[in-house]
Amino acid sequence: MIRFLAATLLISAPAFAQFDFSGSWAPLYHEDLPDRIPGPELGDYLGLPINDAARLRADSYDADRISVVPEYECRPHSSDYSMRGLANMRVDAIRDTVTQRIIAFHTRMGFQEMERTIWLDGRPHPSEYAPHTWQGFSTGSWEDNMLDIYTTHLKESYLKRNGVPRSDKATFTEHWVRHGNFLTVATVVSDPVFLTEPLVRTQTWIFDPAQVIARDICETVSEVPKAADYVPNHLPGTNPFLHEVADWYGLPYEATRGGAETLYPEYRKKMEKPEHPRDRCERYCSCGAEGQICLSPTAAPPGKRP
Amino acid sequence: MTRTILCASLLAICAATANSQQQDFDKVQIHVEPVQHNIYMLVGAGGNTTVQVGSEGVLMVDTQFAPLAPKLMAEIRKLSPGPLRYIINTHMHPDHVGGNAAIAKLAGSDPALPLKIIANENVLNRLTAAVPGQPSFPEAGLPIDEYGTPRKNLHFNGEAIILYHEPNAHTDGDSVVLFRGSDVISTGDIFTPDAYPFIDIERGGSVQGEILALNHILQMTVPAKTQEGGTYVIPGHGRICDDADVVEFRDMVVIVRDRVRDMIKKGMTLDQVKAAKPTRDYDTEYVTSASFVTADRFVEAVYKSLSK
Repeated sequence: MIRFLAATLLISAPAFAQFDFSGSWAPLYHEDLPDRIPGPELGDYLGLPINDAARLRADSYDADRISVVPEYECRPHSSDYSMRGLANMRVDAIRDTVTQRIIAFHTRMGFQEMERTIWLDGRPHPSEYAPHTWQGFSTGSWEDNMLDIYTTHLKESYLKRNGVPRSDKATFTEHWVRHGNFLTVATVVSDPVFLTEPLVRTQTWIFDPAQVIARDICETVSEVPKAADYVPNHLPGTNPFLHEVADWYGLPYEATRGGAETLYPEYRKKMEKPEHPRDRCERYCSCGAEGQICLSPTAAPPGKRP
Repeated sequence: MTRTILCASLLAICAATANSQQQDFDKVQIHVEPVQHNIYMLVGAGGNTTVQVGSEGVLMVDTQFAPLAPKLMAEIRKLSPGPLRYIINTHMHPDHVGGNAAIAKLAGSDPALPLKIIANENVLNRLTAAVPGQPSFPEAGLPIDEYGTPRKNLHFNGEAIILYHEPNAHTDGDSVVLFRGSDVISTGDIFTPDAYPFIDIERGGSVQGEILALNHILQMTVPAKTQEGGTYVIPGHGRICDDADVVEFRDMVVIVRDRVRDMIKKGMTLDQVKAAKPTRDYDTEYVTSASFVTADRFVEAVYKSLSK
């Protein structure tokens, strides 16, 4: 009997330290919800370890670009952001037909039908001259029950959907851990072009076997006439929206400008006082609580600044 | 002193020649990167070389530097034993035409299968113009099958190949090469994803023409699903790209153009514009310590283009 039990355990246990993430997963938005579902406020760089170049690039960003420049209309998130963005995910395990070991995980997400493969078979990353993609090239290895993923060959994209850039020279690591029906994903982005230190973010997913990820077919359409050499952008010093987030939330403007210092709790001790303190929450106050949607902010935009 | 002045006015040739003299070509390895269908990108020193192979032979776009010709040909011979039938030059800078004569010599000649060297006529004009203090360009490497029309068509190895003249872009002799069947575009130095474009004002380049050329490239690129892949783009220098990568580069050039134009409208001098650093949010992406085009040089080219 003992011999039978031992044999059963040997058969059901992974041959190596492998954990199966297969199935359908729904993101839980309780972490940073307003930042993820309605989307980040313009000019909100708080907590991002960005450099001056990233800050000015974001200040120059005009969201009209998405509607006016057709090439932006159907862009998916990049893989470092997609685990944080708004889309459900299905994970399929790809197995070696002989050994039955998992040699890759394939993910598919609803938004723009993003698909990605995380190779676990030890293959090398492509050459430095190979094309870059939105999802990049990912390889994984096991650390006990945690899957460590390393991704290179990313296209230029964003750290936030308010124009904070992430360059095509960035790489990132992920750490996937499954706790029963919950999946925790920690993402660590390194970018020599725009970050002064790695950006670490975590997201949680819940197993959701009933979900169906439908098609999301996007075709670009030029609906807004424009000159061929027009790319919407704010000239330096002319973006009128940069103070909004500070005024709406009663924050010091300098804090919203981001930088590595604003990542850490110590910053609160030296933080300036807000110019327009708020005595109560007026914007996205109960966003996501008890099923409330986040699409109707109650606060009026702050008045124009001189 | 005379030499200094000459070098200042002939910046590209002097810089590229000096670059070629300083480089130890013995250490250069040729990297072959498959692109799509029967198109390959060969990376060594100087500009990227595009190679198309097939049953009719071999076509090259740009030839890097002369000392690299044996290594380039050795790699091409691994891809195809067929005759080299065409060399296309995207423009006249030495890191793109320098290997023409040496490659032609190595390829040999067969009257029934002649090698043609093709470029826009402005390339031939500039390569045959006498430059004081500079050796003349080797005759065997001259693009004497030049064209002077807005486009030139070829059909080779089973696909249409179209050369488009992009007037006054990074020079006045730029050609973009579309491999219509393979869905690949070779851009020359109009597009350099890791570096500011070298807008060679002395040789007819302009920021307006650069933007028009980039937009023309985007008219020809059709991305596949999720706005990537589809048409692949071989840049003058750097990795294989696609539509989205050209968009980022085009947007950078347009935004810097907008900023410099605004400063010119405010009456700022070139030195004041340079001091204002209108590219400071792009420098970490497009400038390294080894960059040929510094931020100041790019700003100066944009300023001079817009001031004409």
